[in-house]
Amino acid sequence: MTAPATASPLRTGLSDGLAVMSRNLLKLKHQPGQIAATFAFPLVSVVLFGYVFGSAIPIPGGGNYREYLMPGLFVMSTVFGVMGALTVIAKDNGLGVMDRYRSMPMARSAVPFGQTAADLVIAAGSLVIMAACGLLFGWRAHNGIGATLAGFGLLLLLQYAVSWLGVFLGSLAKNEETAARIGPLIMPVTMISNIFVPTDGMPAILQAIADWNPVSAATAACRQLFGNPGLPVGDVAWPIANPVLATVGWCVLLLAVFVPLSIRRFRTAGL
Amino acid sequence: MGKHTGDAVVVAEGLRKRFGQTQALDGLDLTVPAGQVYGLLGPNGAGKSTSVRVFATLTRPDEGRATVAGHDVVREAGAVRREIGLAGQHAALDEQLTGRENLRIFGRLFHLGTKRARERADELLERFDLAHAADRLVKTYSGGMRRRLDLISSLIVSPTVLFLDEPTTGLDPRSRNEIWDTVRDLVGQGTTVLLTTQYLDEADQLAHNIAVIDTGKVIASGTPDELKARIGGRIDVTVGDAAEIAEAARALAVLAGTGAEPDIDADRGLLSVPVGADSLALPDIVRQLDQAGVKAVDVGIRKPTLDEVFLTLTGKPTTTTPEETAR
Repeated sequence: MTAPATASPLRTGLSDGLAVMSRNLLKLKHQPGQIAATFAFPLVSVVLFGYVFGSAIPIPGGGNYREYLMPGLFVMSTVFGVMGALTVIAKDNGLGVMDRYRSMPMARSAVPFGQTAADLVIAAGSLVIMAACGLLFGWRAHNGIGATLAGFGLLLLLQYAVSWLGVFLGSLAKNEETAARIGPLIMPVTMISNIFVPTDGMPAILQAIADWNPVSAATAACRQLFGNPGLPVGDVAWPIANPVLATVGWCVLLLAVFVPLSIRRFRTAGL
Repeated sequence: MGKHTGDAVVVAEGLRKRFGQTQALDGLDLTVPAGQVYGLLGPNGAGKSTSVRVFATLTRPDEGRATVAGHDVVREAGAVRREIGLAGQHAALDEQLTGRENLRIFGRLFHLGTKRARERADELLERFDLAHAADRLVKTYSGGMRRRLDLISSLIVSPTVLFLDEPTTGLDPRSRNEIWDTVRDLVGQGTTVLLTTQYLDEADQLAHNIAVIDTGKVIASGTPDELKARIGGRIDVTVGDAAEIAEAARALAVLAGTGAEPDIDADRGLLSVPVGADSLALPDIVRQLDQAGVKAVDVGIRKPTLDEVFLTLTGKPTTTTPEETAR
């Protein structure tokens, strides 16, 4: 049999992207472990941070620490989503799957688009699980359905943006081992932020970094949209004072940089 | 090589490619006739994989041009990709999916459509005897099974040209035989196979024609027999009576005609002499020895192994496995 004549590039691109996406989603079926881990992360985090730290950390303006914490945990799990694309793409590089894709008559941009779409679906699923856990431990969204949906929408936008960062970093990595070494670097990015503690107690330099960390803006934005405690008072850095706008800005910036870079990389790698 | 240049499916002219300090390809010329197994033989770093990567549109040459099935690999890369299959040194599969799922996804990426991709996956698994493992995750497969699944992944749309880059490196002899059978089967159905290998044995078994590559260019090409004939063989003679050794040595030196003195193992009555590229026939040798009054117990003409060919041509040994050295 021979290859069927090609339909329009857009159509084949779309169907290729869907094939790459379903490949990534199919994997979940065989990895109950990963689904369990998705459940475990919010549960462990809420217990660990919510009850252990929470007993000693006062919230500015008062309030329940677990209500303060949940928006940060949403953001944290979203930012860790960078590892999904990074690991898959790096592993494909190492095993030669990328070379096979690139020797096939498929759209080369289907790989990054399909991968990031799959990541988005997975992230939406884990946000639902996290939110359910949050509700179990006393977290609530107080600002009505519109603001709540806007909050989750913002988280998905952030996920999509970091997913493209992951795709690009993955395409630079030779194999899975290289990718695994990047993982621990994400921890400080999430720690030097307002996720766990208010930034105004930090040394001046650290506070400046934390305030301008996109993670802090996203966390503040979620607190605002969900009506959770810990909203900034008084004179604060611009991204914290305008968190929703700042988060959207960070996402647009990430996408504007890493979508073209990644697509270029998939077109020309190894040439 | 090039008996049917009109039917050449892979043609390379003066390919050059540099990676940093390494000149991977240094003016490589190649003509691969349709419908056969063509072996690219060479040591590590000779440029075998780079040339396959150029043909498979993964790497662009700095200079020179190459066509696959009549399409230029740079300007008509898309058309080339519709004609080729590639199976490399790794098993390029998703280990977290089953064999069947891997084939289905690749089928969709070859634009067969979901339904046809399913059918094709089932057909291939049945035909290449992997149906029993089709629904197991690839990470549970043995090395040989992975390589076989990888090979059939490149056959989803029957390719005009199949590139196999060291398809059996690291496999046990049985798995290697299975891959060889599959390759013979494919060629029987009209696919042209370009195979790179470090295993002379593999090239000898599979390839109709061989190009020996060293430092980025072809240094010799031809059928395995032609290559062996180029460096000639040896005549081995065993005499029954040690007293006849001197006579036999004289006769052999004349026969060989190369001016070389025979190596002699007097204790065992063994004589051995290298002969030139024009091989002698066995009856001639027996007659000459007879005329010299030598009663030979055993006379043999030994063709060189491809290892010896390789050593002579490149001045360095290939990496060989123990069982090949024992051949």
